[in-house]
Amino acid sequence: MRIRLSAEKVHNDFIRKVEDMSGQDLLKCYQCGECSAGCPAAFAMDLLPSQVIRFLQLGEQETVLKSKTIWLCAACQQCYTRCPKGVDLSRIMEAVRDLLMQEQGDKIVIEKLPAEVLAEFPQQAFISGFRKYTA
Amino acid sequence: MRIPYYPGCTLSTKAKGFDRAARDSFAALGIELAELKMWNCCGATFPLSRDNLLDLSGPVRNLAAAAAESDKLAVACSTCFNVLKRSNLVMRNDEEKRERINFFIEAEYAGTVEVLHLLEILRDQVGWENLSKAVKKPLTGLKVAPYYGCMFLRPPKEMGFDDHENPQILENYLRALGAEVAEYPHRAECCGNYIVAFDLDATKEMSYMILASTRRAGADLVVTSCPLCQFNLDRWQGDLTMKRGGFRPIPVLYDTQLLGIALGLDASAFDLDRHYVDPRPVLREKGLL
Repeated sequence: MRIRLSAEKVHNDFIRKVEDMSGQDLLKCYQCGECSAGCPAAFAMDLLPSQVIRFLQLGEQETVLKSKTIWLCAACQQCYTRCPKGVDLSRIMEAVRDLLMQEQGDKIVIEKLPAEVLAEFPQQAFISGFRKYTA
Repeated sequence: MRIPYYPGCTLSTKAKGFDRAARDSFAALGIELAELKMWNCCGATFPLSRDNLLDLSGPVRNLAAAAAESDKLAVACSTCFNVLKRSNLVMRNDEEKRERINFFIEAEYAGTVEVLHLLEILRDQVGWENLSKAVKKPLTGLKVAPYYGCMFLRPPKEMGFDDHENPQILENYLRALGAEVAEYPHRAECCGNYIVAFDLDATKEMSYMILASTRRAGADLVVTSCPLCQFNLDRWQGDLTMKRGGFRPIPVLYDTQLLGIALGLDASAFDLDRHYVDPRPVLREKGLL
């Protein structure tokens, strides 16, 4: 994969918005991998958590925006808790999701959730899910 | 002692046993958990984007309601606890957000309330020794795996009342009730949270890893303080038994249900029959029911 780096690319608008909304400095991450090691959902992800931040550092947000990873984040805060630099990756994930949904619409269509699921699951699953998966 | 109490929406509907056990047990210990006269859903997740003030308004409204009655608010559910405590810190530390949220919800809340989890109240107001003395049916011979999940402990800078890598509050609680503690490495691994409604296979896998770990540690049952954790761990065990030969289903109880049983209360109101993996056989076997 060929990546062309430039100041404009690395500090592009999307990246600046992600940093603003998350309050995080992406360049603090030195890719130690603690986040990926601690993430309980990493086994199901296409991009590892540490790869997500790496692509964002390089201004390569397209790869991140197409990933399953950002939708598998359960906001459990294990990454933030373990990061030796105190980077809150869960906030970065949320900023990416929010920006993507603001542009492309909600990730889920609430009306399409099966009735049995709505009847059986504890509502906190839906309320938090709606907050994470809709703009 | 009377403490304003926030049940949350799930405890009021799908997890009534958790709520009922909490109120009955605390009453037996001399603490009235007095439900707030006005409360709304906390939102079930703390908003992580800095400009998302709307999602903070819900939880703050509850804190403002509590402030009208007291400087404390008791919470049973770990997720509500996480949202309310973190929202409270925003109101305490961020002047601009405090003003804007107060303006929007038409309140004047300044972060005066202390948000307390029921286990904190047991540890700090009751004390483990006093709790032990109040126990009528010690959980002797019952080996319990304490499951913290994530909301209870993280992020440590904000939740910070126990060591996030080596917490002991549930362990101390279980020992005070006379139970044996099953030590296993997955006690603070996320159960999947809301992912259950969107990627069920991933959630089942996370659930299996935790449950298998509790069985390897010799546990008879698992204890938790979050209705979603309870659901994610309890609900899918039928599937898991079929797919992984050798996996033995393990019941998942709420901390307050165990508390009520240990205090000798009538457990028929605790909805033990509504669990997917029935906890009653193992409890009867140990002479607790």
